[in-house]
Amino acid sequence: MEQGNTEHKEHSHGYGLYVLVWLGLIALTSITVTVAGVDFGNIALPIALFIAAIKSGLVINYFMHIKFEEPIFKVFLLLSGMTLLVIFILTFFDVFYR
Amino acid sequence: MSQSDSAAIGHVHRDDIGAKMGMWVFLFTEVLLFGGMFLVYAVYRFQHPELFKLAAFELNTALGTFNTIVLLTSSLTMVLAIVAIQKNKKKLSLFYLASTVGFALVFMAVKYFEWTAKFSHGIYPGSDELLSRQNGEILFFGLYFIMTGLHALHVIIGVIIILFLYVFVKRGKVTHDNYVKLENGGLYWHLVDLIWIFLFPLFYLIH
Repeated sequence: MEQGNTEHKEHSHGYGLYVLVWLGLIALTSITVTVAGVDFGNIALPIALFIAAIKSGLVINYFMHIKFEEPIFKVFLLLSGMTLLVIFILTFFDVFYR
Repeated sequence: MSQSDSAAIGHVHRDDIGAKMGMWVFLFTEVLLFGGMFLVYAVYRFQHPELFKLAAFELNTALGTFNTIVLLTSSLTMVLAIVAIQKNKKKLSLFYLASTVGFALVFMAVKYFEWTAKFSHGIYPGSDELLSRQNGEILFFGLYFIMTGLHALHVIIGVIIILFLYVFVKRGKVTHDNYVKLENGGLYWHLVDLIWIFLFPLFYLIH
């Protein structure tokens, strides 16, 4: 790849990589549906969210191309993710200890 | 590299990274918009765990799963449309864009049947049937309608964006060395998919 110009960097990913990611997403969907049928009690929600997090990781990294993007995009993503996390944590402190 | 060549010939100022950055900033505002709703959902589910479970039984898991697969597949065809244009295969790219719209319409059709089924059972915001129930169930369905409704609105906007992109590709405004519009449209479409990835287990898979 060339040095920091502002044009696209070439990524010669073929169709194959994305089809694989899609297969992974479909597999995870069937896993989460199957797991929901089993009574895991209190950890059912964490399991469902964990699988959703893996799926979004795949979508963000491959379909949204973050894995191959400039580092600044990862900083952006981290910043917004952290903002949301802080809002959730602070709200839950309020809800739990009210 | 073909891209620096064309930039040298065209002498057109372009900042693709800047364009994508702008798109990402917009996507973060979307994340915060839905994030606020997910927060409301989290608090109310924490307060009414049993009633949320009870209400969720009324949603059709099979239709939800089907729609999840439809939306994931539409995300695939969207990204393949970009790969096709990168390889300068215009017709193939147009085919993938049309497929993406097709899947989006299937998603909306399923949503239509889901919602009308709920309406025919008298379940819609403010209905007598719903208001006669306990608070947790009212909250569940309120959140269900507003969150999947706002998501469906995003699907409709996404379809409009993809139709514009289709025209751009067709008229040669988006080409193998200038496809940042297609990438940004794709980012929007994947965000719609991303939100559904969380909506699906939170509404359809509580057992």
